[in-house]
Amino acid sequence: MPIYVDNREYPAAPEKNLLEHCLSLGLNLPYFCWHPAMGSVGACRQCAVKQYRDERDTEGRIVMACMTPAAEGLRIGLDEPEARDFRARVIEWLMVNHPHDCPVCEEGGECHLQDMTVMTGHNYRRYRGLKRTHRNQYLGPFLNHEMNRCIACYRCVRFYQDYAGGDDLRAFASHHHVYFGRHEDGVLESEWSGNLAEVCPTGVFTDKPFSKHYVRKWDLQSAPSICVHCGHGCNVAAQERYGRLRRVVNRFNGDVNGYFICDRGRYGHGFVTAPTRVRAPLLRTGNRELEAVGVDEALHAASEMLAGRVIGIGSPRASLEANFALKRLVGDDAFYMGVGGPDAAALEAVHAIRTETATRAPTLIDVENADAMLVLGEDVASTAPRMALALRQATRNRQKAIASGLGIPAWLDQPVRTAGHGQLSPLYVATPVPTRLDAIAAGIFRGSADEIARLGFAIAARIDARAPGVDDLTRDVSELAARIADALASASRPLVVSGVSIRSVAVLEAAANVALALGAKLGRPADLALALPECNSMGLELLGARSLDDALEHAERQPIRAAIVLENDLARRMPRAALERFGERVEHLIVVDHTLHATARAADLVLPAAAFAEGDGTLVNNEGRAQRFFQAYVPDGEIRESWRWLAELARRRGIECGWASLDDVIADCAASSRRLAPIVDAAPGARFRIADRRIAREPARYSGRTAMHANVDIREPKPPEDPDTPLAFSMEGYYGPRVPPALIPFFRAPGWNSNQSVHKFLDETGRALRGGNPGVRLVEPGADARRAYFEARASLPPSGDALRVVPLADVFGSDELAALSPPVAERIPEPCVVLGPADADARGIVDGMTAEIELGETSLALPVRVVPGLAAGTLGVPIGLPGMPFIAAETAKVGGRGTAGDPR
Amino acid sequence: MERPLTANIRPGEPPLDIEGYERSGGYRAVRRALSELSPDDVLELVIDSGLRGRGGAGFPTGQKWRFMPRGDDAPRPRYLIANADEMEPGTFKDRLLLEGDPHQLIEGMILSAYAIGANVAYVFLRDEYRLAAETLRRAIAEATDRGFLGEHILGSEISLSLHLHTSAGRYICGEETALISALEGRRAIPRTKPPFPQLVGLWGKPTVVNNVETLCNVPHIVNNGAEWFRSLGLTSDSGTKLYGASGKVKRPGLWELPMGTPIRELLEEHAGGMRDGYRFRALLPGGASTDFLVEEHLDTPMDFESIQKVGSRLGTGTMIVLDDKTCPVAMLHNLEHFFAQESCGWCTPCRDGLPYVEHLLAAIDAGDGRPRDLALLEMHTRHLGPGRTFCAHAPGAMEPLQSGLRYFRDDFERHIAERRCPYR
Repeated sequence: MPIYVDNREYPAAPEKNLLEHCLSLGLNLPYFCWHPAMGSVGACRQCAVKQYRDERDTEGRIVMACMTPAAEGLRIGLDEPEARDFRARVIEWLMVNHPHDCPVCEEGGECHLQDMTVMTGHNYRRYRGLKRTHRNQYLGPFLNHEMNRCIACYRCVRFYQDYAGGDDLRAFASHHHVYFGRHEDGVLESEWSGNLAEVCPTGVFTDKPFSKHYVRKWDLQSAPSICVHCGHGCNVAAQERYGRLRRVVNRFNGDVNGYFICDRGRYGHGFVTAPTRVRAPLLRTGNRELEAVGVDEALHAASEMLAGRVIGIGSPRASLEANFALKRLVGDDAFYMGVGGPDAAALEAVHAIRTETATRAPTLIDVENADAMLVLGEDVASTAPRMALALRQATRNRQKAIASGLGIPAWLDQPVRTAGHGQLSPLYVATPVPTRLDAIAAGIFRGSADEIARLGFAIAARIDARAPGVDDLTRDVSELAARIADALASASRPLVVSGVSIRSVAVLEAAANVALALGAKLGRPADLALALPECNSMGLELLGARSLDDALEHAERQPIRAAIVLENDLARRMPRAALERFGERVEHLIVVDHTLHATARAADLVLPAAAFAEGDGTLVNNEGRAQRFFQAYVPDGEIRESWRWLAELARRRGIECGWASLDDVIADCAASSRRLAPIVDAAPGARFRIADRRIAREPARYSGRTAMHANVDIREPKPPEDPDTPLAFSMEGYYGPRVPPALIPFFRAPGWNSNQSVHKFLDETGRALRGGNPGVRLVEPGADARRAYFEARASLPPSGDALRVVPLADVFGSDELAALSPPVAERIPEPCVVLGPADADARGIVDGMTAEIELGETSLALPVRVVPGLAAGTLGVPIGLPGMPFIAAETAKVGGRGTAGDPR
Repeated sequence: MERPLTANIRPGEPPLDIEGYERSGGYRAVRRALSELSPDDVLELVIDSGLRGRGGAGFPTGQKWRFMPRGDDAPRPRYLIANADEMEPGTFKDRLLLEGDPHQLIEGMILSAYAIGANVAYVFLRDEYRLAAETLRRAIAEATDRGFLGEHILGSEISLSLHLHTSAGRYICGEETALISALEGRRAIPRTKPPFPQLVGLWGKPTVVNNVETLCNVPHIVNNGAEWFRSLGLTSDSGTKLYGASGKVKRPGLWELPMGTPIRELLEEHAGGMRDGYRFRALLPGGASTDFLVEEHLDTPMDFESIQKVGSRLGTGTMIVLDDKTCPVAMLHNLEHFFAQESCGWCTPCRDGLPYVEHLLAAIDAGDGRPRDLALLEMHTRHLGPGRTFCAHAPGAMEPLQSGLRYFRDDFERHIAERRCPYR
C-alpha cells in the first residue's frame, strides 16, 4: 500500500520516518532538530503535518513527521492550512529571541534557519518585548560562539555528546534560558567540534579560521576534494575566493565520511596559505641560499642537474598521477616509495594483507553496521578519526537491536538509547596506550606491540583451530583472548581494525589472522579495516615502489647525479645521520613540493607544487577506494601540479610522456597495472559535459565577477581554462541534481542554501548520493587470496633495563601538513614521552619531570607523563610530532638523571 | 463517613510511628497479601476497585500496572516510583499524606511493588518537602527494621528496597518520564512516548510511576476489597478523594470526602463559603493546569468524568477559588509566569510560546495591551495544545487561559480599552 501526501500517492517506506521519507520524495518540509545521522527527537516541532485516519476523516490531527513512521496507507497533509499555520508559528516563536543579525552573521546565505523561515512564510514580527540575551564563550581556535542566535534545537549537544562522545559541551539552564556551551570558557576538547559549524542550523557555532577571511557561501568558488590529512580519504569541498583557499567543509560520501569530518581535516588546510608555502621555483647556485627564479631558469638548471643517474623518491601524500609521473621519469628501478624503515615494512605488510588474503576492507557503512569489534594495536581515534567515530556508532547497534525487539525504530533516538540503557555492542581495544575509545570498550588490553600481536594470534587460534597460535600466554591474556574470540565469533558482522602507526608487522598479521579466522567461520571474507597515515599510502603501495632504505643503499652502491624528491620531507622518514649520508652521495637534490620543509631547504632546486586545492589527482584511501580531487582555483605564481613539473623534467631528459591533460596521465597510470585500471572511473573525465556544458565551480549568485579584478585591469579577464576536468572556473555552466556525484562542487538546491540541501542529492536509501557514492574500490577480496594464515611470529619482549618503544599518535600533531595550519598548531601538545607508574617509580621519575631518553643513536630530553594503565616495560614516544626527530629505535632507555620540570 | 486515607492523621500531631501504625491495623494488608494473595490477585483487586490515578490524569491504576511485561522472560529488574513531586500550584494533598502517615505510603508501595514484580522502589520527593523527607526517612528505617522492607519481607521470597530521592526542584519532574530522567541524573526532560515507562522506564527497565495518594489507597483496597472501595464513591468513580480549597474562602483546607462530592458542598460546607465582602467568580477545580469553572458548574460532582463533561479536569482535586476582587488577568499572568518558568526548554512551542503568552498577559495587565493581543493569546491556546508540544506541560498551561479568555473576556477587553487594570 502506498502513502498519500496531500492526496497524492507515493510509495510507503515503513522503515523510515515520515520527515525523512517526504524529503527523499523531493517534498519540502521544514525541520531543525532532526538530523539524518542522528535521528528524531521531536524537539523543534517544525515538521508538523496533518495526519488522517482514513479518507473519511476530515478532522485529522497534527503530528510531527519526524516522529511518525512512513507506514503503509498513511494519509497526511503537508499543505493543510492548520499545519502550515503551526509551522509558521514555530518560526515566529524561534524568532522571538533570534537577533535578526543576518547581515553581519557568518551563517547568512547558508543558514538553515533563514531557509526554513522563508519556507514557512513567517515574515512579520508581532512580539513587542525585549529579546533575551546570552554571554558568549571562548571555545578555542576552531569555533566562534554566538549564543543569542540559538534556537535550541539541541543538535549541538546531541552531536557532540551523544554522537561523538564529547563531554565538555552541554545544555545548561532551562525554559527559554537554555544555554549550550561549556561549564566555563575554554577550548572544546573533542576533535569533532568543528562539525558544530555544520550541525548548527544557524550561526551559534561558526568556523573561526574562516571568519578571519570570511566570504559568503555564494561568493565561494568550490571544487570536490579529498582530505589529505590521513588515510581515510574523507570527501571535502575546498572553497576559494580572490585566489585564497578560504575553508574546507564536509562533502557527503556515505561510504567514506557521511556527514562529518574531523577537526584535523576541517582546519588542516592552513598549510596551503602558511608562510612555509613555496610559490616560485627556488634555486641554489654555488653555496648560496635558495632564491626565487623564473620557470625557464629553474628548468634550465634542472636539465643540467638531471644529466646522469637520477633516482626518484615518491610520496604517500602525493597523488597517484604525481607518483606515476615520477616513476615514468626515473624508471621503475629507480623509483622509491619515500617511506623507509619500520614504516615501509608496515606498509608492505598492509599491501600483502590487502592483495593476498581473503579479507575485506569495509566501507564507513560497514564499520557502522558492525556488531562486534576488535581494535588491535592502532589508536584509531588519533590516526583515523573518522573510522573511530564510525566504531563509536557501531557500539550502539546492540541498543538498536534491543529497541527493535521492543518495536522501536532505529531512528527514534531517545527511546533507542533508553531501551538499550548502557548496553553496547562489544568493542575490544588492545593498544599500548590509553585511547579515546576505551570509555566505550567492553575490554581493554595494554601491552607492547609484540604482546598485542600475541593476543591477536591467540584470538585467531581460538576462533579457528587451524590458525597458528602462541604458547605460554599468561592466564589473564588467554582468558581475554577467549572472551574476545567468543564475542567476535558469535557476531554476525564482526570487524577487526588495525593499522600501521604501531609499526609492527606482527600486529598487522595477527589482525589479518583474526579476520581470516572469522572469514572461515562466516564463509565469506570478514571485514578488516587498516588505518594508514597518509592520504595516498595505499595508492603508493598499489603503484609499487621499494623502500627508502633501498634508495639509500642504491646511493651507497653508486654515486647519484640527482635525486628528485616528490612532496616529501625526508627528515620525517629517516634518521638524520642517514639523511646526511644520502646528501653526500647525491650531487643534486630536486624537491617538488608546496611546502618549504627541511628537505626542501636542503635542496638545490625546489619546484612549487600545487597543494590539494590547486590541482587535480587521484588518491587511494584505507579502503582501497580511488577518489579524485579537483582543483578549486588557479593559484598565483608559478605553482603547477607536480605531475606537470615532472612531465616537463622528463621531456628535458628526453622522455616524451605525451600528456596534454590529466586524463592522459590517468590513462597511462591505469594501463600500467591491472589493480590501478579502475581509477579511470573514479570520476568523469575532462570531456564530460551536461547538455554541452561544464559543471560550474561558482554558484549562480557569485558576485563581483566583473569587478573583482578591476583594481588590476578594468576589463574582465577571461576565466581560466581547465584542460584537466569537466569543471569550469566560472558561474556559467551546469549546476543541479544531475551533477555526477564525484563532481558535486558544493551542495545547494532551490530554497535550501545550507548544507542541509544534501538530501536533494541522495538516493532513496539516504546512505548514498544518486548515482552512487564517489570513488572506485581497487581491492576486493577473493581473486588473489592465496594465503591461508600468517605464521604467528611475535617473540616475548626483552627483559632488562630497556623499554619497548611504542609510537604515540596525536590527532592534531601527527600529520605533517595539518601541523603547519595555525589553528591546528594551537591544539598540538608539547612533545612528551609516556611511562607507566611502575616503570616511572623504578627510575625515580615523577609526572612532569624532564628525562634523558636514549633512542638508539638519538638522545632527547623530554618531559615524562606518567599514565596509569600503560603496560609495564613500554615507553610511548611521540613520533612525528613537530619538533621531534625521526626515530626508528625499537627500544629506549630512560636516564635516571631526570630534572624536575613543572609538575603537571 | 469512611476516611481511610486520613484516619491516622491528627493535624498538629506527629505521625504514627510503626508501632502505632501497626496497632491501628497497619501492614495487615502486606501480611495478608504475602500469605494469601498472588501478585495477580492484588492486580485484579486494584483493577476491580476502579482506582484511578490521583496525580491529575486519572488513568486507571490497574490498567497502568497491567502494561508491565509479564512472564518469566520479561526484563528485570523492574521499578516502582512514588511520584511525590507535588508542585501543582494550589495543591498540597500529598504533603498531608507524606507528613501525616508515611507508613501508609510505604505499605501501599510494598503492595504495589508486589503486584508489578518490582524489587526496587523510589519515592521521588519535591525538594521543598523537607519535613516529609525527614518523616519518610524515619519511616523507611522503621519498616526496614521490622522486616517490611529489604530482603525476604516477612520471611517470604519477596524483597523490596525502597529509596528516598529528594528532587532538585522542577515542576516538570512531576511528569513521569521527566521524573525518570531526573532520577537517572539526567536533565529533567520528558521522554518520547511510546514506549511507555512500563516497557522502557527507569534505567531502560519496566517501571510504574504512581502518585502518592494513589498508592496510599492500595492497602485499604487489599484490606477491604474492591467492592467496598467502589461503594465509597458517590458517583461511578470509586473511593475517597482528598479535596482542597484555597483562595478567598472562609476555611481554606483539605478534606477527605467521597469521590464525586459536588463542588458546591466543598465550597460552601467544607470551605465555609466566600469570605465576607467577596463574591465567588470562578474556580480552577484541580490545580493551575485545569480549565476554569463558574457558577453554573457548582453542582457538578467532583469526579474525573463529571468534571471533564463540563469542560475541565479533576486534576489534583484541590481547587483554587477566584473572587470578584481579584483581577483574573493578573491571576492568569501569575499562572503563566509559573508555567513559562517551569518549561524544561525542550520543545519550541512550550519553551518560546509560554514566555510569549506571559509577555502578552503582562502587557495587558500593565495597561499596555493591544486589541490584537487577544487573538494572539487565542492562537497560543490553539497551537500549544495536545499533540503539538512534546509533553502535556504547555497544553496544561493553556487550560486556564483558554477558559479564562472565554469567561473573563470583558475583563481582558476593559484592560485593553482603558489601558489600565480596572481592579487596581
